Amino acid sequence: MVDTCFLGRGFTTLVGLLLLPFGSLAASQIEDQAEQFFRSGHTNNWAVLVCTSRFWFNYRHVANTLSVYRSVKRLGIPDSHIVLMLADDMACNPRNPKPATVFSHKNMELNVYGDDVEVDYRSYEVTVENFLRVLTGRIPSSTPRSKRLLSDDRSNILIYMTGHGGNGFLKFQDSEEITNIELADAFEQMWQKRRYNELLFIIDTCQGASMYERFYSPNIMALASSQVGEDSLSHQPDPAIGVHLMDRYTFYVLEFLEEINPASQTNMNDLFQVCPKSLCVSTPGHRTDLFQRDPKNVLITDFFGSVRKVEITTETISLQPDSGIMESSYKKDLMDEELMEPLKYAEQLPVAQIIHQKPKLKDWHPPGGFILGLWALIIMVFFKTYGIKHMKFIF
Amino acid sequence: MGLLSDPVRRRALARLVLRLNAPLWALPVAWLERTMRSVGLEVYTQSFSRKLPFPDETHERYMVSGINVYGILRAPRAASTESLVLTVPCGPESTNSQAVGLMLALAAHFRGQIYWAKDIIFLVTEHDLLGSEAWLEAYHDVNVTGMQSSPLQGRAGAIQAAVALELSSDVVTSLDVAVEGLNGQLPNLDLLNLFQTFCQKGGLLCTLQGKLQPQDWPSVDGPLQGVQTLLLMVLQQASGHPHGAHGLFLRYRVEALTLRGINSFRQYKYDLVAVGKALEGMFRKLNHLLERLHQSFFFYLLPALSRFVSIGLYMPAAGFLLLVLGLKALELWMQLHEAGVGPEQAGGTSGSSPPLPATQRVGLASLVAPLLISQAVGLALYVLPVLGQHVAAQHFPVAEAEAVVLTLLAVYAAGLALPHSTHWVASTQAPDRSWMALKLVALIYLALQLACITLTNFSLGFLLAATMVPGAALTKPSGPRPLCAALLVLTSPAATLLGGLFLWQQLQEAPLSPAEGWRLFLAALAQGVLEHHTYGALLFPLLALGLYPCWLLFWNVLFWK
Repeated sequence: MVDTCFLGRGFTTLVGLLLLPFGSLAASQIEDQAEQFFRSGHTNNWAVLVCTSRFWFNYRHVANTLSVYRSVKRLGIPDSHIVLMLADDMACNPRNPKPATVFSHKNMELNVYGDDVEVDYRSYEVTVENFLRVLTGRIPSSTPRSKRLLSDDRSNILIYMTGHGGNGFLKFQDSEEITNIELADAFEQMWQKRRYNELLFIIDTCQGASMYERFYSPNIMALASSQVGEDSLSHQPDPAIGVHLMDRYTFYVLEFLEEINPASQTNMNDLFQVCPKSLCVSTPGHRTDLFQRDPKNVLITDFFGSVRKVEITTETISLQPDSGIMESSYKKDLMDEELMEPLKYAEQLPVAQIIHQKPKLKDWHPPGGFILGLWALIIMVFFKTYGIKHMKFIF
Repeated sequence: MGLLSDPVRRRALARLVLRLNAPLWALPVAWLERTMRSVGLEVYTQSFSRKLPFPDETHERYMVSGINVYGILRAPRAASTESLVLTVPCGPESTNSQAVGLMLALAAHFRGQIYWAKDIIFLVTEHDLLGSEAWLEAYHDVNVTGMQSSPLQGRAGAIQAAVALELSSDVVTSLDVAVEGLNGQLPNLDLLNLFQTFCQKGGLLCTLQGKLQPQDWPSVDGPLQGVQTLLLMVLQQASGHPHGAHGLFLRYRVEALTLRGINSFRQYKYDLVAVGKALEGMFRKLNHLLERLHQSFFFYLLPALSRFVSIGLYMPAAGFLLLVLGLKALELWMQLHEAGVGPEQAGGTSGSSPPLPATQRVGLASLVAPLLISQAVGLALYVLPVLGQHVAAQHFPVAEAEAVVLTLLAVYAAGLALPHSTHWVASTQAPDRSWMALKLVALIYLALQLACITLTNFSLGFLLAATMVPGAALTKPSGPRPLCAALLVLTSPAATLLGGLFLWQQLQEAPLSPAEGWRLFLAALAQGVLEHHTYGALLFPLLALGLYPCWLLFWNVLFWK
């Protein structure tokens, strides 16, 4: 009896050991499925790239924006899905010793202007009003398609802004400003109108972190080149052109993006590490608390590229031109559709949780002096009129 | 039967005399035009002429006529709305030929670049500042100094900045920069900072007021040298003299500097390539500008090239000096009021009001006469020297320029004798109050004038205030009269000018003997009158029509009987 027990126990452990790899395989499959569940559910990509400063010595802001434009286009987003706003023309500025070029590296290694740059909002059209109209979609009906942000609730949008900024504002064209509150409200309008699935906001200005402090809409991830109180610095000047060619943060972001191709699996955590304080002198910051997914699951190409999800099937379908068979197969398809169980979509946006927030508990404060004084007065008047003897009933 | 009786000999002699009187040096206009055209500029010329009010002894000219030549380098891709100017003033005594050569080389180099967004005008003027004034007036289509200039054929847009270049040799040991302009106007400090940046970058030795930059600020030597440089700048700014062609550009709100190449006995010399590189850098930086220079200060004093004193720091000093005058005037007003109230109370109820207005009316009448006479003497000082030069030259064996200066001094000294002749106008009733009223009016007049002068030309206002305010405040008819008179004369505007000249030469380490000083003083007087007529400098009319009558009022107060 003991032998069979031993044998039984040993057999079960052996079976257990044998089944362990199968179990782990199944567990990893479940993990993969869970990861698939957390991958982005977007179907199209948009980019809004804004350079807000004019004048020749702000050459670097135009170069910043054009570098991001170049990366975004290279990774697959077409011009029809990019809204490019440049506040001044550097390529054809009379002060440009290399006309029709905008360089982004020293020694003129990389010309980001090229032949196929499509600028949608140019020169004096880059205003706060136009920018907000683009974001919220409140555009006059005469606006051409290339100037509209036609995103839907499954669009991932990249918004890149650069220029001169301060604590809580960004300067447009040396004459007006957009505040961080306006920007946050614009994004909330976009959320309410379901104009984005997820939004990545990158800003390269002085004190850039102040611009994303006020965001309150969900699914926004924000990156900035410097914290409040710090200045974003520019990269080296070019002696031939005579101005600074790029800002440091965007320079290193460009270097990082040059290594990305549409199949890259690099995620946002790598982007957060770009340009540490030793290289950038300012401290880049990021904000992920409004974002649903973990940044390490967010691919760079989710925002910077336009990657279509393609499922390859090995099934073959034979098509026969007989109309009778087609009719019957059509009816069969209908029946099949009725028989199929309804499709279930994952709960992407826990709207109920977001909209119906619990009311914040207000701290109790003792009543203020005025209230106390008022009540004391009322009580004194009462006892004066009706006599002091009533007080005995209270105390 | 003499040399002149034969008409042929007379004609020969006349021709010889004419040839001797012809200018020995004239601008090579044709060669300049040809060279500039070969470089690729659009070349234009402008002729001008001017008859000076009296012959200029220092520059030896009387009837001036000349031709300016300028070439415009058009910006290849811009709309010719703005321009920069590189000007080289040439004249008979300073031919400035090296600067012309450098300018042509720069023009050839600039022509090969495509990054110009503003047109560049290369201007060569004849008779240095007179030619610059003629060109500027024709460019801006104004006529403020009575110059006859032909209109300009070629124009390039609003001038944003200008650099004037003066080089006497082809190697320089240092570059001197001059910023003070006509009537003490200064260019924007950013232009000076630009020059200083390129001096540092190119390793050039740059000086201000001819003095090197002090290195040791912590010890006493550095600040002492800074004070010397500052005093030199104050004296130069107070004179209102345009120290270079840039001074005339400033009047049209064009920021301008003059760069002078100095060849001293130092060992290390820079060739023109180094100077040219600094100029090229300056012009490229000015090309990048999108607005006129306005971010930095327009009113400043410079103890060194890299340091400046802003108006907020030095203006309170002048304010306090003028406050002294105000307080003294207030004290006199109160004294007059007491004196006016006194007899009223003593006189009782009856007939108290009629005597008061009578004395007041008489007081006013006694004021008007000295005022009018002083102002008339000032007017004479302004008008007589130039008007009466021919009459004086006829009656006395002097040249016209000397006649002008001597008339100036004569009228000035005649004013000193005034009190003896104006006493019959003064009233006999209450003489004390009359002189107090006159001093009160004179104090307010002086304070107003000095305030207005200080606001536009701080150095002039401060110098005059520092010398005139003590004398004006302390003048009284009582006390030791000869001593007070001597002090008052020493603080008069003319004496201030004389003292300033001596101080200026002392600071430049070339002290003068009294005789030389006196000659320099006479030359400065002539230059002052001439500059007023040719460039519109305001020192002469301010002193003659404003400060001298005011000072005469104090002289009257001192000699009140």
